[in-house]
Amino acid sequence: MGALHLKLIRDLWQMRGQVLAIAAVIVGGVATLVMSLSTYDSLLETRDRFYQQYRFAHVFVHLKRAPEPVAERIAGLPGVATVQVGVLAVVKLEVAGFQDPVTGLLSSLPDTGPPVLNGLHLKQGRWLQPYSGDEVLVADTFADAHGLRPGDRLAAIINGKRKPLTIVGVALSPEYVYQIAPGAMFPDFERYGVLWMGRDALAAAYDMAGAFNSLTLELARGGREKEVIVQVDRLLAAYGGVGAHGRADQLSNRFLAEEFKQLKTTATVFPAIFLGVAAFLLNVVISRLIATQREQIAILKAFGYGNLAIGGHYVGMVLVITLIGVAGGVALGLWFGHGLANVYMDFYRFPSLEYVLDPRVVLVALAVSCLASVSGTLFAVGRATRLPAAEGMRPETPMAYRATVLERMGLQRWLRQPSRMILRHIERRPVKSLLTVLGIACAGGLMMVGNYQRGAIDFMVDLQFRHAAREDLMVAFVEPTGSRALHELASLPGVRRVEGFRDVLVILRHGHREYRHALFGIQPDSVLHRVLDRRMEPVQVPPDGVILTDHLAEKILRVRPGDRLTVEVLEGHRPVREVPVLGITRQYLGVSAYMSRDALNALLREGDVVSGAYLSHDQDSQQALYDQLHARPRILGMVANASAVRSFYATMGEFVLFFNMVATLLAGSIAFGVVYNSARIALSERSRELASLRVLGFSHGEIAYILLGELAVLTLAAIPLGFLVGTGLCGLLVLVFESDLYRLPLVIEPYNYALGATVVALSALVSGLLVWYRLGHLDLVGALKMRE
Amino acid sequence: MSATTPETVFCAKALTKVYAMGAVEVHALRGIDLELYAGEMVVLLGPSGSGKSTLLNILGGLDTATSGEVFYAGQNLTTATERELTRFRREHVGFVFQFYNLIPSLTARENVAAVTEIATAPMAPEEALARVGLERRLDHFPAQMSGGEQQRVAIARAIAKNPSVLLCDEPTGALDSQTGVVVLEALEKVNRELGTLTVLITHNAGIAAMADRVIRLSDGRIVDIRANDTRLAAHDLSW
Repeated sequence: MGALHLKLIRDLWQMRGQVLAIAAVIVGGVATLVMSLSTYDSLLETRDRFYQQYRFAHVFVHLKRAPEPVAERIAGLPGVATVQVGVLAVVKLEVAGFQDPVTGLLSSLPDTGPPVLNGLHLKQGRWLQPYSGDEVLVADTFADAHGLRPGDRLAAIINGKRKPLTIVGVALSPEYVYQIAPGAMFPDFERYGVLWMGRDALAAAYDMAGAFNSLTLELARGGREKEVIVQVDRLLAAYGGVGAHGRADQLSNRFLAEEFKQLKTTATVFPAIFLGVAAFLLNVVISRLIATQREQIAILKAFGYGNLAIGGHYVGMVLVITLIGVAGGVALGLWFGHGLANVYMDFYRFPSLEYVLDPRVVLVALAVSCLASVSGTLFAVGRATRLPAAEGMRPETPMAYRATVLERMGLQRWLRQPSRMILRHIERRPVKSLLTVLGIACAGGLMMVGNYQRGAIDFMVDLQFRHAAREDLMVAFVEPTGSRALHELASLPGVRRVEGFRDVLVILRHGHREYRHALFGIQPDSVLHRVLDRRMEPVQVPPDGVILTDHLAEKILRVRPGDRLTVEVLEGHRPVREVPVLGITRQYLGVSAYMSRDALNALLREGDVVSGAYLSHDQDSQQALYDQLHARPRILGMVANASAVRSFYATMGEFVLFFNMVATLLAGSIAFGVVYNSARIALSERSRELASLRVLGFSHGEIAYILLGELAVLTLAAIPLGFLVGTGLCGLLVLVFESDLYRLPLVIEPYNYALGATVVALSALVSGLLVWYRLGHLDLVGALKMRE
Repeated sequence: MSATTPETVFCAKALTKVYAMGAVEVHALRGIDLELYAGEMVVLLGPSGSGKSTLLNILGGLDTATSGEVFYAGQNLTTATERELTRFRREHVGFVFQFYNLIPSLTARENVAAVTEIATAPMAPEEALARVGLERRLDHFPAQMSGGEQQRVAIARAIAKNPSVLLCDEPTGALDSQTGVVVLEALEKVNRELGTLTVLITHNAGIAAMADRVIRLSDGRIVDIRANDTRLAAHDLSW
């Protein structure tokens, strides 16, 4: 077999251009797989390690106020191992040089030693001095966003009193990996920050001396979360407990889990599509490549090599190409994966990234690629070895051609011979032509998938902030307030319109399905904060009953208009009521449950009460308005829509864009690989015919027209088909990406189509140029002889 | 042939061709001096490797000589550019190959038309096919024709542009003798009726009898040029 090995190496070297193009297809598929899965595995590993090392609690509960000894009673409950209590205060922050409203969450740290549960990772600076009055640690996202460092100072308005604070360190917490302000859609590191302060000092400032309003606990081995929660709720009901919940409903962890679910979907769906398409293309390309080796196979047979040896030879050749592709794909995937994981790290903030690559990922990549290429090889070799050797060595008998449909329809007059050759060649081998078209179409479709999310996100954000949540500012009161407060807001500088809302934390129940969420009571005549129906038209909230986001109604609670829903309020007297579902709304970002404000007030058995308001205001008086709001003690927090959108694009957008950029790049490499191979194989299949024409006096350009004309026709046919494939793949993404956080709309922007078409057309153009160059070096003399 | 001095079509002087095959140099032609005249039928005879095909390829503008010169009607082919050679082939040369080299996707008529469409003063494809006796096979595809028929289509394709020279490399090499004779008859008819200089490569000495002149090559040199007193008709040939 020595000679065959040599032949293998020389053949590979001879067709190195094509080898690289095929490898590019594999690289595209494998790199996507490795990048996505290694990023996912790494983040999961990093999170789990963070949770474990810093003892992230199992059960969390907020309450109004409970005296210290209550903690002992909870610690004594069966199934509870460790309890930690503390004080949580939502405050307004003043950061020097930053004008926008900033909301802070002040969390207490024991003065007696480090926290047992939800430990902090100190990234910079030092720990708090025990019983210090004004020292704080700040979350590193907030510190980064404002360039804060140990030694810097800021101020907090706690319970209406301004308190100057000194930063002594920057920290990370498993409890606040994903930091999002209550009521906000997206994290905003500039306008929302978590800070840690000594328990003694915070309690003094927040009127919580000898008491706590937050409790977290760790379950004992074998302790059952559900049972513990029931008992904790029973114990804390008298202290204004808002319902204990496990990690699943802990804000940071829940968002993180949803994000990871998305990431996992991305990490499985994208590679599945990419690798699937790449495998299909690989199979097609390889089997055509082997088909051009027909005569060589016949010669090897004539030498006395068995079918097995010949099959083995070509499988070996293809495996080398595949291995080059897989190795390149793994390397590129790791590189991109590192980049992507670091982009995520910027967002999620873990102490350190544990970058892992599961060897199984590489095995899957290897297996899929090898399967695709080897099956393509065996199919083609099988066909070639079935021929008697003598026949295989002769040039192929002329294939039976006939006039094409177009010509039979009478178009013949207008077609010159070269054009007829193009059409007949396409029609003569419909399967091959179809596979080529399909291959190029798949590549084009992938291009659309690569950057589809960008357009979809733009659409979601536009719909959310320009048609639904049109307020400039959302203001939250410290506690529910009489609606007279709205008049006061309306009189502030520059305020154009005020719409009050009442929101309350509830559990929505239908049968055994339940969902913990805020129930919003809004004004029926809302102009700013509107609810949209399925046709994106604003609808009024009905005077009684709830309307739900389509996803919440149909996928989570499985209710239809007319069904009755149980609403269990988690605040105040905790009433439980049945209300009818009266409508379904369309919303792509998050989920919501709405009632009219009057109806919600009635359900809570309270008067005309609001918990916050939506505002629109003149842009000119924004600063004056911010200052006024900031000065009012009863106003707790503000969320400005414009800055929310900006921060969204600055952060969440970043990794979507990074991922899309990489996906687009890889799709581009697949597209080029396919188009170039189609052109190169067509060239080797027809070089004899074309050389004959050159001998007969056809110019370089004229024979190029015949070959590249066919490529052009196939490419042009593939582009619209690619739009269909791309739309289908995007539709698949819409289905698999459905989650509570967002549902992607199937909106495909013109630039999606344009990119798909452009990359395919450019690949065809470059391939065409490369083939054009090769056509200039056809062996004219060789064409007159027998093929070797 | 008329008694007046025949017009010179090709004039080759001291032609050599050396192929570099790795470290070894192969001398395919070692100094050929030759003149070919309008209207004559020339047979190039010689064993394989004697340089026949190389000579034919250089005459047809498919290959260039290492040294020496070739003139076609006063035009120096040795110094011609790729573009000029293409033009030369397109306007003046008809090729017939051993393996026909028809375009499988085109019918007989269309194969001929492929050439006439790019020629300056061609005959109608139908006329060219009639000259080789294929007037009834105009719309057949190569796959629907016998080897002899395919080769006659190739001849029709070669003559349709009214070339001044017809270069045939082993045109009967892939055919049995009976079919071969039919093909040779077609070539003979064209040469007689159109007066096209016809150069025919063969290693079959039997065919030499139909030529005006027989040129023998061996090892890259002309060893003998012999003029036949009488040309034998193709149908009287046998081998």
